[in-house]
Amino acid sequence: MSKIVMNSVVIVVMTSLLLTGVVTMSMSQRSFAQLLPKQMQTPGQSNINGAGATFPFPLIDTWRVEYQKVKPYVNINYQSIGSGGGVKQFTAKTVDFGASDAPLSAAERAKATGAVHIPETIGSVVAAYNIPGIPDKGLKLTGPILADIFAGKIKKWNDPRIQSLNPDKKLPAADIVTVHRSDGSGTTFVWTSYLSNASPQWNQTIGASKSVQWPSGVGAPGNEGVANAIKGSPNTIGYIELNYALQTKTPYAFIQNKAGKFIEPTLESVKQAAADVSAKGLPKGDASWQKVTLLNDKGSGAYPIASFSYLLLPKDLGKSPNMNEAKAKALVDFISWAITDGQKFASKLGYVPLPDPVVKLDQDTIKSLTFNGKPI
Amino acid sequence: MTSGSVHINTDIKEKVSSFLVGDRKRRKIGDKLFHGLVIGTAAYTLLIIVIVVVSVGLGSAKIFSYEGFIGFVTGTNWNAVEGRESYGALPYIIGTLMSSGIALLIGVPMSIGIAFFLSEMAPSRLSSPLSFVIELLAAVPSIIYGLWALFVFRFLIKDWIETPLYNTLGPYIPFFNQAPFGLDVFTAGIVLAIMIIPIVSSISRDVMRAVPNTQREAAYSLGATRWETARIAVFPYGKSGLLGASILGFGRAVGETMLVTLIIGNAIGPAAIPTTLFSQSQTLSSLIANEFNEASSDLQLSALIGLGAVLLLLTMIINVVARLMVSKMVKVSPGDRE
Amino acid sequence: MNNDNEHKEGQEKISKEKSLNTSINYRQVFDDISSKYTSRRRITNKVVSIVAIVFVIGAIIPLGSILLEVIKNGIAVISIQFLTQPPGSIGSGSGGIGPAIQGTLITVGLASLIGAPIGILSGIYLSEYAPAGSAKGGRERAISFFANTIRLFNDVLTGLPSIVIGIVGYVTIVLAINSFSVWAGAFALSIIMIPIISRVTEETLKLVPNSLREAGYSLGISKSKITLFIVLKNAKDGVLTGVILAISRIAGETAPLIMTILGTSLFFTSLTGPVDALPLRIWRLASQPYESAHAFGWGAALVLILMILILSASLRIIARGRGIKVRTETI
Repeated sequence: MSKIVMNSVVIVVMTSLLLTGVVTMSMSQRSFAQLLPKQMQTPGQSNINGAGATFPFPLIDTWRVEYQKVKPYVNINYQSIGSGGGVKQFTAKTVDFGASDAPLSAAERAKATGAVHIPETIGSVVAAYNIPGIPDKGLKLTGPILADIFAGKIKKWNDPRIQSLNPDKKLPAADIVTVHRSDGSGTTFVWTSYLSNASPQWNQTIGASKSVQWPSGVGAPGNEGVANAIKGSPNTIGYIELNYALQTKTPYAFIQNKAGKFIEPTLESVKQAAADVSAKGLPKGDASWQKVTLLNDKGSGAYPIASFSYLLLPKDLGKSPNMNEAKAKALVDFISWAITDGQKFASKLGYVPLPDPVVKLDQDTIKSLTFNGKPI
Repeated sequence: MTSGSVHINTDIKEKVSSFLVGDRKRRKIGDKLFHGLVIGTAAYTLLIIVIVVVSVGLGSAKIFSYEGFIGFVTGTNWNAVEGRESYGALPYIIGTLMSSGIALLIGVPMSIGIAFFLSEMAPSRLSSPLSFVIELLAAVPSIIYGLWALFVFRFLIKDWIETPLYNTLGPYIPFFNQAPFGLDVFTAGIVLAIMIIPIVSSISRDVMRAVPNTQREAAYSLGATRWETARIAVFPYGKSGLLGASILGFGRAVGETMLVTLIIGNAIGPAAIPTTLFSQSQTLSSLIANEFNEASSDLQLSALIGLGAVLLLLTMIINVVARLMVSKMVKVSPGDRE
Repeated sequence: MNNDNEHKEGQEKISKEKSLNTSINYRQVFDDISSKYTSRRRITNKVVSIVAIVFVIGAIIPLGSILLEVIKNGIAVISIQFLTQPPGSIGSGSGGIGPAIQGTLITVGLASLIGAPIGILSGIYLSEYAPAGSAKGGRERAISFFANTIRLFNDVLTGLPSIVIGIVGYVTIVLAINSFSVWAGAFALSIIMIPIISRVTEETLKLVPNSLREAGYSLGISKSKITLFIVLKNAKDGVLTGVILAISRIAGETAPLIMTILGTSLFFTSLTGPVDALPLRIWRLASQPYESAHAFGWGAALVLILMILILSASLRIIARGRGIKVRTETI
């Protein structure tokens, strides 16, 4: 008797497992079609894999959903694993496109030969905080003070240097907990570049990179993780991209720019920095972008911590092992759409839409892409 | 059984027996093939070990030649800035041992207490459903412990344990003197303890149950109390098994990744050496998980795989010791159950 | 060897309830006739008993809290749409975790297809072709050495941190085929499965009475057929529990998947492309700053925990019905 019961238990468990598998697969007809051999799939069906920066993730993730409405047979998959990861996976050719907040360094360019940069949006990094008693944005800070906070030299919130800038605010006598990225990240690159710029001492001891040796503080993965850690714990300060601060309603500091003004990071103040730089002229897509910086712009209304975010593509798409001509066409079409029509989703999510000269430059870069030597 | 089925059975029996016995030549070939197949699959284990050692070894060769083995293991920097590269594993070895040590200090006495309750105290009506529940909990994936720790437990531990400790002991003992944040080596140790308790306690219970009852009866007949019986008759008899279970739990804690990554605070370089109980730290596995997909230079990747090599050595030692001890306790030889 | 058999006999000889009664009787008898109990010893006993009970409660509370939180927060988001749809754009709270459920089933299924046969066959080898024991001749000694090496390596493999196995999957497969793939994930997970299944199979087969094998030999049946149709058939429930144990263990693994299958927001496309998995999705959702993402994380955790608890409970029910010993951990 018990044997029968046990046998039926086994059978029920096994079939339910199998059924779940079949049901989930068949729920999406698309995925079922993809189980078939390649020739039998819908013509033009393409799956494009990308990975990299967490900063543009909400925008690219929105593009994924919106673009599918335009081109239902193109599936975009973007995993936000960090800029460092984006560059590494792009170089190792394990993804179809990479994304990074930092341009490729000379060493990286040497390894990923024929890589092109396509700036797809502009972002800025803000100093977000969670201080009991100061629920609103607008704590005033300067570059050198931020460098000293993150170096562990300024330890308390009511330090005279912070208090004197903010006479109207009642700062607590609590220890400052800094939150930084635990994963390699373009955000960290932008932030530490700014701190290096602002404090010679920071430049000498720690420097600027996608991951640096933090003297103190808590590490959390991703913009998400840092925003999460700040929101969850009082007396913290960390750096995150503006759009994450806006979306998660985390208060952030106004930072002194080169003209001496305390600037609130907004789409407008970031756009000013970008407009100045693009007016001066940008390198070609396949040239080095290492020198391009939006940091510490001279404009009186410009927010000092801003940067382009780049998509990385191989100049000759035919060199990628997972690429075919149809897929290359789909990829190029997606990116052309993203830098033009796709930009209209930017402002709503807290990103700065690309200025016209940059869009023009990107279009030229895209035109220069080839598939096994043939233009696409 | 009816006569019909007997008839069919004999018919099937003939066919089955002719299939099973077969002719001698085919039998030999079939036997050889099967023997070859099972040897091959057994040898696959060796192949995997070779693959593991070779891929970890080759992957970390670069960092060991850059820093030297001793230099890497004793170094404290973790600097990936171009031109200043310097990698050392010491802070994460310390972080690993400290978080797992806390887990061991808390988890093992509790596990043995639970095992004592299940095998010596509770009536079987209570102990068998309780054992069932604890065994089920051993199957809960660590990522779920991590999710719970990140969103629920860390606030509780900060408000109810860490802050009182900091306020009372902090001014006097440097070890407690850091404003608690909730994401630190102490929290990681506690959650690791919670994670290993089901495993360690159910193995300990098995070990204690395997102690022959004659042992207990002897102690009881001398007038020993329940606790005395456990102390003089059960624990000494099962001590290698209990020790093995503890070391196994320690091994689990040392190798755990996701849970730790979510709650240990992910400090880096010298800052990751825990100087107080409430310091942010980092373990070998959590640093690998944090940086593996992100590593931009080959040297950094190699350093991460080097951490894997150190972790591999550490867990190999722990596990071999544990298993040698436990297998002494529970061994089964062929044909035992007749 | 001798010693081990004694242990075994000790366990088997005395059935549990009987012995419990005897021991209590003894105690009562001594309680009555001798007044050896001093109050201090009695108090120690009480204190220890109370501490043990406190420990049990102390362990049950957090474990209960985990289950409660997962169920409470998870149920709120579970719906047909949640279980079958791909995720909507992040933070929007639309869509679901369909690809993650599908990906877990595919990856774990493929890992089982690789791991189960290899684990079972290698367990057969260890039990039937190279039994532990005293070896005499040079050939036997060699076989015994080989088998003991494999046993040791199985133990070493069981203790390998899963993150190291992930590194191996990345280096050997992801870099070789230039793509994050189901294969790499399944290969890594199968490394975790094989030693568990092999160990359980070996131990279960050893429990099959030798008289059955001897009966087979006396009928002139070949060894391979005795092994497959008599020994394995007799032990199939035990072997099955081993396989389920291994599956429930790998279904929740996260670390090796980060570096092998990467994760995706799409349904399965091909075995050489990335897929999603429940533990991976939980890990990514947990680090998002959006409430809706956390809610999804809890939902995914509930689905995962249900899958694993159902597997694990059925395993124990099967085992209990057949009198098989299941260990939580293969030691």
